[in-house]
Amino acid sequence: MKCTVCKGPAVIDVRRANANFCAEHFLRLCRDQVARAIKDFDMLSPSDRVLVAVSGGKDSLAVWDILLQLGYQVDGLYLGLGIGEYSESSGTFARAFAAERGLHLVEVDLPTDHGFDIPTGAKAAKRVPCSACGLSKRHLFDEAARTGGYDVVVTGHNLDDEAAVLFGNVLHWQADYLGRQLPVLPARHGFPKKVKPLVRLGEREMAAYCVLRGIDYIVEECPMAAGNKHLGYKEALNAIEAQSPGSKHDFYFGFLARASHRFTADSEAEQRALVACERCGAPTPGDVCAFCKLVARATSVPVELGRRS
Amino acid sequence: MKVRLRNPKRELEVQGPVRVHALLDRLEMHRDTVLVIVGDTLVPGDALLEDDDEVEIRPVISGGAA
Repeated sequence: MKCTVCKGPAVIDVRRANANFCAEHFLRLCRDQVARAIKDFDMLSPSDRVLVAVSGGKDSLAVWDILLQLGYQVDGLYLGLGIGEYSESSGTFARAFAAERGLHLVEVDLPTDHGFDIPTGAKAAKRVPCSACGLSKRHLFDEAARTGGYDVVVTGHNLDDEAAVLFGNVLHWQADYLGRQLPVLPARHGFPKKVKPLVRLGEREMAAYCVLRGIDYIVEECPMAAGNKHLGYKEALNAIEAQSPGSKHDFYFGFLARASHRFTADSEAEQRALVACERCGAPTPGDVCAFCKLVARATSVPVELGRRS
Repeated sequence: MKVRLRNPKRELEVQGPVRVHALLDRLEMHRDTVLVIVGDTLVPGDALLEDDDEVEIRPVISGGAA
């Protein structure tokens, strides 16, 4: 297999592009695709203070690495979610990446700072773990950006992630979610700007990027994610992609070009109704935000049933 | 050759030589969902794996949607 660019020995094929790449040209492709996403969607400016949410996994460490190479000022944010050995291990990878490169890593620990972990929170709130986790992460990303004075929050969502979320949102016609499913969400109503610079790259490419750049990341899957809907959507899309390479790209970018604007009104109606949470000040449609409700449920002391004397 | 798999972690002994594509077919794995690494080196689908290679088949699909 030869590199499509230089005809030297290739190390990876990218079937949706019908191309093969050597290490040098593959790494350049990844940087170019991120630079293009940033430019096309007006994600970042050189003066922005950027906070990248890092999990210790391939996508978040790769996007941090690429943004630094592209010259942006980027700090990391690691959230300890209290998912047993998985959280301990993922934190080790995030800290090692930052320490080896002299980077600043902000750390927030859910059990220490908010008194509960994801398994406990999910159980108490009767939510599936990924729902409690996603809710907590979104809240804590916003809070860390506000308190740290960052202009933009970067997440490592890649093309596979976005196509799978879109698939789920279309399957259930989640109109308000579809209106917000964009690579850039501008800062408003107390939310920081959020961007997804990896939307032009698939997760196999991000794993290959890390291997070729010598980035150690947590390969093990989160034990809470096993069997979740998102993985099922990815499996379905991968079966389609195997038959028709490029389908995920066409699905997601076709949506952005031709359909996402049709759902803007649904999303904006929900955004207009937001007020400040009476406990933490975060934007919320009710009196108390979903995260504060989760904290209250997860940390409430069960009422003990006493014996009648 | 030793073939290391993840999620869950396990190890297989496979006789070489065998091409990467053929190994993945034999293990019923789709090539778009894994990377194949020999030592520290990423190898393409047409690479020939020898009997004394230490091979890792690394899954690339992660489940977090948030």
